[in-house]
Amino acid sequence: MSPAISTPANDINESRLQVLKGAYSYASISDKISDIVLTRPTHWGWVAAFSLCTALTLLFVVAMAYLFYKGVGIWGIDIPVAWAFAITNFVWWVGIGHAGTFISAFLLLLRQKWRTSINRFAEAMTIFAVAMAGIMPILHLGRPWFFYWLAPYPNIMNLWPQWRSPLVWDIFAIGTYIIVSILFWYMGLIPDLATLRDRAESRVKQIVYGLGALGWRGEARQWRRFDTAYLLLAGLATPLVISVHSVVSFDFSIGNTPGWHSTIFPPYFVAGALFSGFAMALTISIPLRAIFGLKDFITERHLDNIAKIMLVCGLIVAYSYVVEIFMAFYSGDEFEKYMVLNRMRGPYAPIYWVVVLFNVVIPQSLWFKRVRLSVMTLFVLSIVVNIGMWLERFMIIVTSLHRDFLPSSWGMFYPTFWDWAILVGSLGAFGWLFLMFVRFLPAISISEMRKLVREKKEGEL
Amino acid sequence: MNPQPILPAYGLIAEFADDRALVDAAKRAHAEGYRNIDAYAPFSVEGLSEALGFRKDRVALIALLGGVLGGASVYFLQWYTAVIDYPINSGGRPLHSWPAFIPATFEMTVLGAALAAFFGMLILNGLPKLYHPIFNAPGFDLASRDRFFLCIESRDPRFEMQETRQFLERLAPLKVAEISN
Repeated sequence: MSPAISTPANDINESRLQVLKGAYSYASISDKISDIVLTRPTHWGWVAAFSLCTALTLLFVVAMAYLFYKGVGIWGIDIPVAWAFAITNFVWWVGIGHAGTFISAFLLLLRQKWRTSINRFAEAMTIFAVAMAGIMPILHLGRPWFFYWLAPYPNIMNLWPQWRSPLVWDIFAIGTYIIVSILFWYMGLIPDLATLRDRAESRVKQIVYGLGALGWRGEARQWRRFDTAYLLLAGLATPLVISVHSVVSFDFSIGNTPGWHSTIFPPYFVAGALFSGFAMALTISIPLRAIFGLKDFITERHLDNIAKIMLVCGLIVAYSYVVEIFMAFYSGDEFEKYMVLNRMRGPYAPIYWVVVLFNVVIPQSLWFKRVRLSVMTLFVLSIVVNIGMWLERFMIIVTSLHRDFLPSSWGMFYPTFWDWAILVGSLGAFGWLFLMFVRFLPAISISEMRKLVREKKEGEL
Repeated sequence: MNPQPILPAYGLIAEFADDRALVDAAKRAHAEGYRNIDAYAPFSVEGLSEALGFRKDRVALIALLGGVLGGASVYFLQWYTAVIDYPINSGGRPLHSWPAFIPATFEMTVLGAALAAFFGMLILNGLPKLYHPIFNAPGFDLASRDRFFLCIESRDPRFEMQETRQFLERLAPLKVAEISN
């Protein structure tokens, strides 16, 4: 905190940018967060969102059922474009998950105090996003009931997985990622479940939260081991995030398709993942703080910081776009050069230019503090980036496949109703899970917020 | 009603309003020679476990072992299946093509370490344990909200009901109470 000259405008900005607003005590902060779950009546905004998400989740279920009945022919995919919406959705959803882990793990290692009030729901976002991602490749399989053949287990066919295949790496990466994310999230929840157990009035809630709390007592030795384990999980989850999206990018870069076979893919994909993930964190946190009255905890400071990280990730993504174009021409490879020109001028050119507009041009407005402090603008911007990043993955996948080496085998991809149903349905299911989480579990870590209250009291904040 | 059998008390508990008072009290109880002391706080208080004389938590060692076990076993599995049990010539690559074995090895190292850290923490903490006598302490539900507690267990060799109570009173707590077993 430095400003020597204190103008009224400066003061307003300073107070808006606090990590924790208001004068809270340990008791009042505990009550405020746990009351969302325990006592507060359901907000109409929640009911409206929940109804919409339930309807979309039903659409998702119907679309999956019809897919399992009929087969992948109900989608627009065919040779040469055999990968399209499902794989795009997969990469997009995994990417969204990464921001949650980044917030909860990497920012913890860096001792960023503003992480405290957003890590819990960011982790929930990760779990639900990775769940949606995990469904997609299974839906995409021609025979989804054999998906477990990717796992190594002794079987009567005497077969083992092909360890040199990135699809096998994928199942290890995604499997590890979802398990570690759930462990990290649940572990952080244990002390808060104990708070809910102790504050709940009804017997049912006491029992349910009590079972979840595993008998947590908050004893000093328990806290000490808890802290060590939590820090270790953070240290493990950070490289895990990088590895997971690198492995996802190997799914493409190990192949020799023009536009995929490139060494920039791992960092390009990781930056893109964080870019869209932080956008989703904004899309979620802005209505969340409004509906549940959490503006003292999720302040403009948080939105400002998230926007800054988005800007950085967006610049790395923009750099990657430039390098892709440069390398295509620098390589002198006929097919690579054609792929780049085809993206810009071919039948999918509008998508390419929308990607550039949404992911490169519009996010540059984040350089301005006025934009970063305007909540509505940030909300719109976050949706723009989410759409832009989905289209980017679609562009990478479809424009590379639809015209590869032999002009005689070129083709087009057009999505069908069922392609859209799976995409929109997965959004609904994600929202449904998230809304359930907000209603039944503390969306902000109560025990860590108490620590923040203490630090504020001691003037360490 | 049947008469309840009379059990010896679990211990004595003192309640404090903030974390500094609790750390001070824990230090003084430890200096007084008490060893079976527990301190309860609604958040992780710096220096509290050290004040109780607890310094090594061993969670990191368990996580290391879990990570090594996870990574080594999946590398072995890859080597065994690709070289011994199911050798396939894949594009002329060596059967033991170790660079391709790294991703799964890395992921399983992380998974092994994470599982070991989580379950190691739970087991060392004696969780899950849904019932504990400390929950009988009056007002203990505030230990997960805004109150700080110090408990001296009756199994401590230096524990004397009257003397220990007087000692706790001298620490200026909000109140001192007996915990039934």
